[in-house]
Order: sequence, then structure tokens, then C-alpha cells
Amino acid sequence: MSATAPSRRVRLTPLTVRDYLVLLLAVLIVVLPLGYMILASFKGPGDLATTDLVVFPEVWKPENYSEAAQKVPFGRLFLNSGIVTVVGAGLKVLLAILTAYGLVFCEFPAKKYVFWGVLATMMVPPQVTALPNYVFISSLGGENTYWGLILPGLGTGFGTFLLRQSFMQLPYEVIEAAHLDGAGHWKRLWHHVVPMALPSIATVALVNVVYEWNDYLWPLIIITEPEMMTLPRGLTLLQNSESAASSFGVLMAGTVMVLLPILAVFAFLQRHIVNGFTQGGVKG
Amino acid sequence: MTAVTTKRPRQALSGRRLREWLIFLAFVLPNVALIAVFIYRPLFQNIYYSTLNWTLGSKFATPVGLGNYRDFFTSGEASKVLTTTGIFTVATVGLTLALGLGVALALNRKLPGAGFAQATVFAPYILSGYGVGLAWLYIFDPNIGALSAILRDVGLNSPEWINSPPWTLTMVIVVYVWKNLGYAAVVYLAGLQAVPGDLLEAADLDGAGPVRRFFTVTLPLLSPTTFFLMVTTILNSLQAFDLLIAMDKLGRGARTLIFDAYLTGFKEQSQAGYSAMLSTVLFAILVVLTLVQLIVVERRVHYR
Repeated sequence: MSATAPSRRVRLTPLTVRDYLVLLLAVLIVVLPLGYMILASFKGPGDLATTDLVVFPEVWKPENYSEAAQKVPFGRLFLNSGIVTVVGAGLKVLLAILTAYGLVFCEFPAKKYVFWGVLATMMVPPQVTALPNYVFISSLGGENTYWGLILPGLGTGFGTFLLRQSFMQLPYEVIEAAHLDGAGHWKRLWHHVVPMALPSIATVALVNVVYEWNDYLWPLIIITEPEMMTLPRGLTLLQNSESAASSFGVLMAGTVMVLLPILAVFAFLQRHIVNGFTQGGVKG
Repeated sequence: MTAVTTKRPRQALSGRRLREWLIFLAFVLPNVALIAVFIYRPLFQNIYYSTLNWTLGSKFATPVGLGNYRDFFTSGEASKVLTTTGIFTVATVGLTLALGLGVALALNRKLPGAGFAQATVFAPYILSGYGVGLAWLYIFDPNIGALSAILRDVGLNSPEWINSPPWTLTMVIVVYVWKNLGYAAVVYLAGLQAVPGDLLEAADLDGAGPVRRFFTVTLPLLSPTTFFLMVTTILNSLQAFDLLIAMDKLGRGARTLIFDAYLTGFKEQSQAGYSAMLSTVLFAILVVLTLVQLIVVERRVHYR
């Protein structure tokens, strides 16, 4: 291609076309399956149990959603997921703010080791701690409770790491000036540090919201009663109760309810979310 | 008198210091306590469990020392599970990085609409693995799925995605790459934007074509990004669970180490000791990988 191209301008055109094709292909590969899933959630048995490719339902069947809600208490599940996400992510952010503040602005001889101890938790996948935590939490009666669902996941290495990084870059003079004016740690934290670090805090909050909403393993283990399940956990129940091929519509309706809220949040705040997930390199 | 005045400031200082230390502890203690109770304690307890012959829920457990490890590594189960884990990890990491770089190269041209494309490609990364697995399961269904209909139209039979273990593993790999590709693309894009333009210009003037420029200038300069991505995606792939269990409930094709640990501990025969052994092995692998990463990064810093 380059050998025959006499000038830069002509060479650019096929390259541009090629890049557009790559991008178009990539976008279609993402959008088509998700669109197909949404369409499938409106299909009745006739459009589902067929070997032909049916893209648009011949008969739209929004009843799939109410049917899914009958088999699994989806309203309650939505509420549970909302509670776990808001409380879990909120507490995690608060804990991360406090820890990061202490690590950056307070004095302590073994501070470095405290930091490493917190940071090293990012290496421990929840699956490794699941079994002992299950034994411990269920011995305390935490099965099928909100606190049992939320508490074990609260300790946060990721948020602490990201906020420590951000707090260290804040203009030290401003905080020192507040100190000289007689502001104590608590006031410096909430009146000076937090407002200046708000973008990073929002990033940490969003990453944790996504993580809590999607979390699957721990709810799978600790929750057995439908009334206490989160949405992804409820999908398992729905999947197990629906075995016939024609019931895919109901299952897809449930799946849409799990995926759509996060997609909606992402549509509005994608820059923050992308930043958060690529900065730490680790989920949660 | 003088003794008192020299003593007093020191006392005041240490008093203030102590206060400062206590304030530090007050700030970090909630998080540190939670981490100690729910991460470090179970981590070590898990290692202890791995030396027991113990059924989950049972009050009785027999210490078997390293018996679980011996059983795993000598029964041939290790080679089976570790092979599946290895295939899944190598395939997902390799494909995610290669395709992610391809998309990043296209995004890097900053064509109109590239921002939208970037956001769209990234979106699956933050979706529930379980939900994504179910959505794709319907597409892959060998009887009624869209994929089988398309394959039939071009005269092919759909592979047995559900009933043939190698095809199940293939299906899970494809979907996992679909979900994680955007992450690699965004990280690669940041790396590409740091490649100095004058270097590419110089190579261009030296008569290097675009392919050559890519392999002699861009790719070597991207090697820190590639290394970072390789480590993070290996760690993520080793911890992949939601998507696997959604698409392969009984673990017939995609039974990786982590999936095996769940199924043996919480399902099947509820062999908690054996399951703890499996997750301890997984943790050991993760520690080794992280240490390798730290050493390599350290070395690179020193060379500079």
C-alpha cells in the first residue's frame, strides 16, 4: 500500500476507511448481542423456540417482565440490590477516605507497613476468603441478612490506594494554612481535603457501585431465601426454575433488569467510570 | 530548674506525638479491623482448612496434613484442572491483548465518533458477568440460538456448545474476551498516546512503512503497557467466576481452579477441606505472579 502511494494525503484515505471499519465492527460486536438480548426479552414462545433467526419479535410480549417478577420477587430484589449497593459502596468510600487521610496527613511510626498491609489485600480474591467467611458469618446468624451480605466485603484496599494517591497530590499549603488557623484533623478532612479530592472520591464511589451491584459469589453463598436475594443472585434462581427453551424470554427479561441500570449509569458517567477501572487495574 | 525546663518540652512533645498516633489509629482502625477480620483471618484459616478432611456443615473434621494436596497432585485431577485453567487464561489474555491493541490503534486516529466507539467497547467490562453469560447463552444455544441459525444459513452445523466440554470452554473464552476487550483497548490507547510522534516521523523519513513502524517503534515502546495489561488480565482471568458458572453451571467444560474450588466446597460433595486446598493453590499462584510483577517493575525502574 505504501509503495504505490505517492503522497501522504492519498495514503490517509484507505487508512481512515480501514480504521472506521475496525471501529464499526467493534461497536457492532458489542451492541448487537446486547440489543438482541433486549429484543429477546419481549419474545413469546413462538419466536423463541424456533430454529430460524428471529430478530424482532412477531408478537411483542412485555408480559415476560411480569412473569419474571412472579417467579422471582424482582421488585424486592431490586430493592435489595439497591440497599446493598448504596450502603456497601457508601461505607466503603467512607472507610477509604478515613484510611487515606490517616495515611497521608497523620503521623505514625509504622505507617508504611499499615499501607502495605491494606494494599496487599488487592491480591486476595474474595473466593479465597469465601469459605471461612461463610462459616464465620453463618455461625453469627448472618445468613439471609443484610448485614451478613454487606459486612464481610467492606474492608477496602482499592479505594484506599486510589484516594491516598489523590490526597498526596493536593496542595499541601492549603491544608497547612487551615492547620495554622486552628482547624483540627476532622475539620481539615471534611472542609478542605474532601472538597478538593471530590473527583477521585466520585471515581472510587462509582467503581464500588458497579462492583457491589454485580457482586455474585458472596450473595450466592450467603443468601438462600428469595426475599433476601440481590438481582444477580435472583437470576440464578430464575435460571434454575426455567428449563424449557421457550422460557428464555422470561430469563432475558430478568437479565435486562440486571444489566440495564449499570448501562444507564455508564451512559452518563462513562469518563469517570473508565478512569476508575483503568487506574487501579483491579476490580473492586 | 533547668532540668525541669529541658524535660518539659520533651514530655509535651511525646504527649502530642502519642495523641497524633492515636488520631492516626482512629482514622485507619475501622478499615484495618475489617480487613484483619474478613480478609487476613480467613486467608490463614483457609490454609488451615486445607489440611482437613471435612465436609461443609459437619461438626467433625479429621486432620490429614498435606493429604488433600497429595490427592490433588497425584490423582491426575491437578493436570486436568490446571490445563483448563491454563488454556482459559492463555487464550483469554492473548486474545484480549491482541484485539484490544487492534481496537486501540483504530481509536488512536481520533476520528470523529471515536469517543463513542471507545465508550461502547468499554461498556461490557462493567456489566454483571452472570448477566452477560446468560445473554450469550441464548445466542449460543445450539438449537434455538441466533448463532446456530446464522451458521445453518451458511451451511454449517452448530457445534455442541453446551454438551461438548471443549466447545463449552471455547464459548466461555469467546464471551470472556468480548467482555474484557474494551479494558485492554482503553489502557493500550493511553499507552499509544504516549508514543512520541517525532519518533514515528523519523522512522517514516527513514523509509519505514506503517507495518514496519508499528513493529520497530510502536510495539517496543508499548512494552510496559503490554506487561501491565498482561499481569492484570492474567490475575482477572484466574479469578473469573460469574461468567463461567452462568454458562457452564456444572463445570463440565470450563472447570478452572477457582470454579473447581467453588463446586467442590459448596456443591457436589461439599468437601470443604479439599476446596480450601484448591483456593490455597490459587492464592499461591496469584502471589507468585504478583511478586514476579513487582520484581520486573523494580528492575525496569533501576535500569532507567
